[in-house]
Amino acid sequence: MKPIVELENVTFGYGAMPILEHVSMHLHPGQFAALVGPSGAGKTTLLKLVLGILTPNRGQIRIDGKARNGYTSAAISYVPQLESVDWNFPVTVEQVVLMGLTRSSGIWPWPSRDDAERLAAILDQLEIRHLAKRHIRDLSGGQQQRAFLARALITQPDLVVLDEPTAGIDVRTAENILHMLGHLSQNGITILLTTHDLNAAAAHVPWVICLRNGIVAQGAPEEVFTVENLNKTYDGDMLVIRQDGMLFVQQKPHPHGYHDLLPNPVPGEVPTQKPA
Amino acid sequence: MIDLLLNPFQFEFFRNGTLAAVLTGGLCGLIGVYIVLRGMSYIGHGLSHAIFGGAVLSFVMGWNFYLGAGLWGFAAALLINQTVRRTKINADAAIGVITTASFATGVAIISRYRHFTRSFDAALFGNILGVTTQDVAIVAGVAILVSGLIFVLYKPLLFTTFDSQVAKVYGVQTEWVDTLFALALAAALIASMQILGVTLIAAALVIPAITARLTTDSFNQMIFISTLLGALTGFFGMILSFYLDISSGAMIVLLQAGLFVFALVITSLQKRAARRLIHTHV
Repeated sequence: MKPIVELENVTFGYGAMPILEHVSMHLHPGQFAALVGPSGAGKTTLLKLVLGILTPNRGQIRIDGKARNGYTSAAISYVPQLESVDWNFPVTVEQVVLMGLTRSSGIWPWPSRDDAERLAAILDQLEIRHLAKRHIRDLSGGQQQRAFLARALITQPDLVVLDEPTAGIDVRTAENILHMLGHLSQNGITILLTTHDLNAAAAHVPWVICLRNGIVAQGAPEEVFTVENLNKTYDGDMLVIRQDGMLFVQQKPHPHGYHDLLPNPVPGEVPTQKPA
Repeated sequence: MIDLLLNPFQFEFFRNGTLAAVLTGGLCGLIGVYIVLRGMSYIGHGLSHAIFGGAVLSFVMGWNFYLGAGLWGFAAALLINQTVRRTKINADAAIGVITTASFATGVAIISRYRHFTRSFDAALFGNILGVTTQDVAIVAGVAILVSGLIFVLYKPLLFTTFDSQVAKVYGVQTEWVDTLFALALAAALIASMQILGVTLIAAALVIPAITARLTTDSFNQMIFISTLLGALTGFFGMILSFYLDISSGAMIVLLQAGLFVFALVITSLQKRAARRLIHTHV
């Protein structure tokens, strides 16, 4: 099968400061992949290169076999970080979702019948139709994420790129979002996202890419999330626990954790047992 | 009361002036929505000053005022856009440098050619008495063209205003949208210059839009309210300026500022009442 995203030896940096070096990766149609790595590792930069917002200094990026230079095709959708959204902007959920059709819809300010049908269908699919007339600020974190995902999906994309879709939302909602993305990938849509939540990635994403200014490792979480790879990626002392077929990743507590600093965390009470 | 309202309309200068004030008020109210939501309030102020340079130059060179000042304003808006896109300079700094340099050019030309017969006070502070039927026709033409452009560009302009970078990813030609918007803004400023003057245009662009923003969370309603406020304050500002013998541009802006303060007080009281209601129920 022909890859939908191909990066060949891509290098990018501002001036003499490289952010990404010699990155090569492929994503196939229907693949569900997560970029993980510490802040400043180049995750968002890699997404912007794939989206065509940035141009590599060296190397080649091909989308669906065609070299990328500048504009993206409408077959690619992007869900930015929620924190980058202007929540005071006076728009409703349906207006945000319809923005996805800007390129393909007519010049009339109102949606065509076809656009309105697509809007209703996508809002139903993401179970947010009852929120259509609400201002985007008046939604919960999970609902906001669904609204922007709806904007991405209304274009019927081949590839959806999401920047930190699980940031700022509770664990249950994050799991629901990842589960929904997994479902979309099963329907043939390629998903590429960034996340800081290694455990959620291990549980829900079948392909992970460890990034630290270049690719440290990529593959299935069981193969990639090893102590060696994670220590290289996070430059820290990582702990990997495998239990009942599940994978848990945790940074080892600092040798001088809060128990040493605050031997009596609750005033008036004596701690009964110090953690091992 | 009706007589009081209609009395000034027996004068042709007042009929022309009021029509021009209503049209420019509505036009500034409409375009101001995008200015405010883009966080570009300063560009209205800066460009209106930049256009002054173009107006003086076009007078000295014997060019048509509207064409010369319009091209100058459009070039300044494009230069600001390109400077921000291609360099590390932020928008506020680019606007500051380009527009004040342009304004300074106008001042320099005036000081060099002191034999001017034309008063540039009108360009600075507006002169509604000097509005001719031809001026009204030009303002009406610009209002129709700009409204048409905003109507046709409604969707890409909304997306670009909301998030330019993401709009580009979704295939919106954001550079074209920005260029056409700069053209519309320059045209609106030129049309408003005679009525409101360089120094008051920025207020007419920003105040109706932020007043509308205070009263609604809907984009379409914001456009409607801002345009209506601009047009109504243009009309009643003219009537008040006639009876109080105050400069028309200043009267229109003062009326808009008064409405803004009124909306601010009302919305603050509403918010306080809503908070009290929540506390009572908790």
